[in-house]
Amino acid sequence: MSELDLVVIGAGPAGAAAALEAHRRGLRCLLVDEAPAAGGQVWRAPPEGFVRRKADADAKAGDRLRAELGASSIATAFGHRVWLITESFRIEAVGSEGPVTWRAPAIIAATGVSERVIPFPGWTEPGVIGLAGATVLLKAQQVLPGERALVAGCGPLLPAVVASVLKAGGRVAAAVDLAERREWLSALPAMLTRPDLLARGLGWLIRLRRAGVPVYFRHAIRQVESAEEHLEVAIAPVDATGRFVTEVCERVFEVDWVAVGHGLVPGTEITRLLGAEHRYHAERGGWVAVLDETGRTSVPGLLVAGDGGGIRGAAAAVEQGRLAGLATALDQGRLDRDGFEREAKPIRRRLRRAERFGQASARLMAVRAGQVLSIPEETIVCRCEDVTRAEITAAIGAGAAEVNQLKGWTRCGMGPCQGRMCGEAAASLLAVASGSRDAAGIWTGRAPLRPVALDDLLGDYSYGDIPLPKAAPL
Amino acid sequence: MANASPTGHHVSGRRIEGALARPQLVEIVVDGTPIAACQGESLAAALLVAGRRALRASPRLGLPRGAFCMMGVCQECLVRVDGRLVPACQTAVRPGMRVETDGGRD
Repeated sequence: MSELDLVVIGAGPAGAAAALEAHRRGLRCLLVDEAPAAGGQVWRAPPEGFVRRKADADAKAGDRLRAELGASSIATAFGHRVWLITESFRIEAVGSEGPVTWRAPAIIAATGVSERVIPFPGWTEPGVIGLAGATVLLKAQQVLPGERALVAGCGPLLPAVVASVLKAGGRVAAAVDLAERREWLSALPAMLTRPDLLARGLGWLIRLRRAGVPVYFRHAIRQVESAEEHLEVAIAPVDATGRFVTEVCERVFEVDWVAVGHGLVPGTEITRLLGAEHRYHAERGGWVAVLDETGRTSVPGLLVAGDGGGIRGAAAAVEQGRLAGLATALDQGRLDRDGFEREAKPIRRRLRRAERFGQASARLMAVRAGQVLSIPEETIVCRCEDVTRAEITAAIGAGAAEVNQLKGWTRCGMGPCQGRMCGEAAASLLAVASGSRDAAGIWTGRAPLRPVALDDLLGDYSYGDIPLPKAAPL
Repeated sequence: MANASPTGHHVSGRRIEGALARPQLVEIVVDGTPIAACQGESLAAALLVAGRRALRASPRLGLPRGAFCMMGVCQECLVRVDGRLVPACQTAVRPGMRVETDGGRD
């Protein structure tokens, strides 16, 4: 590839906006994503060869974005997985053609989020799926995993998944919400800043009411057990911190599948790998890189845009992307300070507005301290390595004070998900002992950023390509 | 295998009709059995529709696992496709693909 001024990693709302803005200012820009098309999780494209008959607001936003990118001359590398970035910004990725290397003086990380699921007995049973995962299945793939569902957790994804199941003709045995009705109501003023999304939310509620779905506020899943041909789900009431208030399982439901999720967590793999400064912000979703107003990290040339820098939602992500793109143009001399300020002013205004809404929904998704206290000792916390809470408790008792020690001692977080599934629960358990999530620390960033197969890294080679040192003189 | 019980196998998902025009069904082979799937859809979705939920056994305790995050993060849906280990949720269905699961309990 010819010389680049900027590589944007992640082609969701933030990354695509960043690339478009930087490109407009004359930067030679490459936009990279694992997925085969732009859109990220929220504006995900339908599978190749599928044609939409109906499009909701997210689908339309995604189609607009893909059209805009297609019409521009921005270089793109879809279907590419970035697995290493060095301190000198050498970026290593693998695609269908094999390994590739890019270099650029600036990187914008727009890698979005992953989902937090606080463990409970049976969360590893096949048929138990994340709320975000259920959204991918129901919306992008248009597949219903079973007829009768139980949907549990917190935040806006909960009613969204319930509504999608009902719309698909499936049944919902119960909607089980960690939050109380009042918490949703207190989010209302901020939601009013986005009438379109508020209307969507009301649409979900109407659908839910009409279908007669029972809603259990301040409840959580106590356990899931697999029976002959279904899953048995027990739910029980919790307090405001998410801890069970009674030993008695209040209700049991027989369902085909379960969707459960406890909020979104910023993806900080790249900023951690490159050693940027991070801080813990519960109301932003967890550990995030310390950013200036435009998304610059403490590492020169490395910026963050979108939910990966703190949960604020898709509308805010677009504006953050634009600011990061502009800031890169300013840093590389394609824009003077006055020009930057002129362009940034309306973006900042829209960002503030979008952030209010994003903040309110992030608050509903924040981790609740008491949730982890309810995890039984024999329950698996780390799915990859089957590490139980008891093993974590033992390691903490033996002196593990922060997450990397815990990882070394128990293998919790050492498996192929690289700590993305267990990290929140493990750190929250440590925080109970050490006093705070700050003290419990953050996983050290390591390559590969995502799992890659060794033969993908090697690409095509023959024995002739292997350099052989000359034989040593006898 | 700990906690093994015959489940997952009988719960089948289904494709939602209406919002998407899909390409035609093609045949893929899963653990030697032919199943119908839509070209281009995610293999994880196709396996759920076919009632194949448990895809692997966890390495330490041998517990059944299936697709969980659907976005390539959790690695629970790793299967072999034409001999290569891939996450089913990030793999598009191609006609004739040969899929091997490591069993789970299905």
